[in-house]
Amino acid sequence: MKGEFTPKIVGFLCNWCSYAGADLAGTSKLKMPPSVSSIRVMCSGRVDPVLVATAFLRGADGVLVAGCHPGDCHYEKGNYYARRRFAILKKVMETLGLESERLRLSWVSASEGPRFQEVITEFTEKIKKLGPNPVKEKTSL
Amino acid sequence: MSKVLKIDKNVHEGVRELLRSFLENKKVKGVFALKKINENGAVAYSLITNPNMVEAILPFFPFMPANAGKLLSHLTLTGSLKGPIAAVVRPCELRAFVELVKREQGSLENFLFISSSCGGVYSLEKSVNGDLSTDSELWSKYWDGVKNPENQMADVRPTCKACEHFLPYSADMTVLLLGNKAIDTECKISLNTDKGEKFADGAKGEFIEEEIENEALKLFRNKRIEEKKRLFAESQIEKFGMDGLIKTFGRCIGCHGCSNICPICYCNLCTFDSRDYEWEPSTYETEIEKRGGIRVPPNTVFYHIGRLTHVGISCVGCGLCSDVCPADIPLSTIFLKVGESVQKVFDYLPGKDVEEAIPLTTFETEELTEVED
Repeated sequence: MKGEFTPKIVGFLCNWCSYAGADLAGTSKLKMPPSVSSIRVMCSGRVDPVLVATAFLRGADGVLVAGCHPGDCHYEKGNYYARRRFAILKKVMETLGLESERLRLSWVSASEGPRFQEVITEFTEKIKKLGPNPVKEKTSL
Repeated sequence: MSKVLKIDKNVHEGVRELLRSFLENKKVKGVFALKKINENGAVAYSLITNPNMVEAILPFFPFMPANAGKLLSHLTLTGSLKGPIAAVVRPCELRAFVELVKREQGSLENFLFISSSCGGVYSLEKSVNGDLSTDSELWSKYWDGVKNPENQMADVRPTCKACEHFLPYSADMTVLLLGNKAIDTECKISLNTDKGEKFADGAKGEFIEEEIENEALKLFRNKRIEEKKRLFAESQIEKFGMDGLIKTFGRCIGCHGCSNICPICYCNLCTFDSRDYEWEPSTYETEIEKRGGIRVPPNTVFYHIGRLTHVGISCVGCGLCSDVCPADIPLSTIFLKVGESVQKVFDYLPGKDVEEAIPLTTFETEELTEVED
């Protein structure tokens, strides 16, 4: 619909689980909002907080980091490190008074197409409520 | 109660005498400490082996020309020094060194660490324009403040005034400065480790037992905690939001002096100095279309958020970033506040214990479920 706000979400999806999960959701023709631009990374542990901050500051309305469930990482422990890094970024943003609720960390396995659909739908709804990322209008970043 | 070596000389002369005896008796191969460079009051860290040069050492000159932690890391980057080195450093410098050692950027081996209950230092600006020398008003004011919590530190840096980690965590010896009214006539050095005791053995002076955490120190600690609360309340960091960040970091000139001087920022090839985050012309075009205009160069806020996420967990609050900032951005306050909140998540105090892993290099399998959705 014209004029309605469609969030733009950047999704960092791990190659082994979440990207495959997204693929499965697609091939299963599960319906979900077309809000995510996915970036395939080899592991959620590869997602330096700086990448997430880049997406956020360049105007993404939401940023999703998704990886294998704890214990299921293809590299055994990458997602545990990812969780710590994510927690740090979230805390930094919180402490600076930034909208840390625009960041989300979720675990989606390769077989969980419906779970991916649910994560995207839910997160998109949440961002819709928050409105567009006000950072987009700033010119002096 | 701790074992304390008491020397009947003022603290400066007492420590110099001890260092001289270490060198003369070949107990150490070298001494690393602040040394006078000229009569203007300029000091720099130096590594000396000649006992005659000890005269020029000013162990507690209230100025930090560099974080000694970073310097010691340079000295030991590819291996430990052969002979024992007595290093006289401030508590935050020692903590920075421990953080660097955890990052495999140096070695604690063969060091005898002599630190002090620290009264803080003056800012770079106050120190380098010649106003600070051993016969200046700033000097005597400083030592008044060290002796008496009531006069506590009118002019030292805000970070130092708000620092509650003024006792070293892993020093072999601690020179007791804070709250000691007799520092002009006596030098008390607490011996914290077996190594400290071994080195002090045979030193001229008297060995006594004394409580380190005395009433005066409690008073100092309370004052500093109060001051930190005041500093945080005044800076309103939690209310920054994007507008506050732009206001604060908008004046950054992008010199990256803060990361160059930072003891924790050890990367030789910093990602923020690389071309990784330089925008292509097409990126500029996208962004101006979206926003209607853009700061050139962009990414100032991004750089500082990036640094906060990279080094905040290990920030020891030495305050050098604020010292060197030509645009007068209150970096050390921001790093202290954000650093503390991040460190609290993992119950981590940087530089306290070399055995304790940096939170980013380890994990628990079940934790932090509150950040998952």
